[in-house]
Amino acid sequence: MSQRTPLARVRGLGSAKGGTDHFWMQRVSAVANVFLVGFLIWLVFALAGADYATVKRALARPEIAIPLLLLVVSSVVHMRLGMQTIIEDYVHSEGRKVALLMLNSFFAFVVGVTCVFAVLKLSFGA
Amino acid sequence: MAETKRTVERPLSPHLSIYRLQINMVMSIVHRLTGGALYFGTLLLAAWLIAAAMGERQFALVSEIFGHPLGKLVLFGYSWALIHHMLGGMRHLLWDTGRGLSLGAVDLLSWLTVIASVSLTLALWAAGIAMRGGL
Repeated sequence: MSQRTPLARVRGLGSAKGGTDHFWMQRVSAVANVFLVGFLIWLVFALAGADYATVKRALARPEIAIPLLLLVVSSVVHMRLGMQTIIEDYVHSEGRKVALLMLNSFFAFVVGVTCVFAVLKLSFGA
Repeated sequence: MAETKRTVERPLSPHLSIYRLQINMVMSIVHRLTGGALYFGTLLLAAWLIAAAMGERQFALVSEIFGHPLGKLVLFGYSWALIHHMLGGMRHLLWDTGRGLSLGAVDLLSWLTVIASVSLTLALWAAGIAMRGGL
C-alpha cells in the first residue's frame, strides 16, 4: 500500500502530466477576452473610416497598444486551446491528429507574433 | 490512444439523430462553429495591423478590401460571431459555477444568447452607420 497522500498523488498530475491546465487556461483567457474584446469594439468604432496617419498615431499610443497586445496574446492562447479540443474531438487517426495539433500551434504563433510585431513596430516608430 | 480496428459491428447507443432538436443543442454547436470561424477571423486583425505597420500603400489596400461590399459582409459576420461566442462563453462561465442548469434556465439562457447577439450586432452596426453618416 502506498504511503503517499491523495494530494501528493494529484500533484504529480498523473500519466498525462497535465491536470486541469487546459480547462483553467481556457477560462482565464475567456474572462480576459470579455474585457479585451469590449476594448476592440471601442477601438474599431473610434478608428472606422479614419485615414492612415490617424490610425498609425492611435495604434502607437501606449494606452491603445498595451490593451491591443494583451488582446492578441489572450486571444491566441484561447483559440489555440479551443481548436485543440475540436481536433481531438473529431480527428481520430493518430497521424493526422498529431499533424493538425502541430499546425494549430504554428497558426496560433504565426498570427500572434505577426500582430505583436506590427503593434510594436508602430509603437517604437514605423 | 491506440488506433482500434473495428472487426465486429457492435450496437451503439442512440445518438443525436433520434432527439428532437432543442435550442441548447443548436447553441452548443453554434458556439463551436463561431469559435472555429473566429480562429480564422484573427487573420483579419493580423492583416489590418501588419498593413498599418508596413505603410500607407498596404494600409490603403487592406482598407479597400474591408470596405468592399463583400468585405463588409465578412466583417459583419465576424462581428456577429465574436459577440455570439462572447455571450455564449459568458453563459458557459455561469454554468461552470453550477448555476442556471435547470431545464427552464438552460432554455432561457440559450434563447437570450442568440437574441442578444443578433440585436447587439445590429445595434452596433446601426450606431456605426449613423455615426459615419453612411455604410
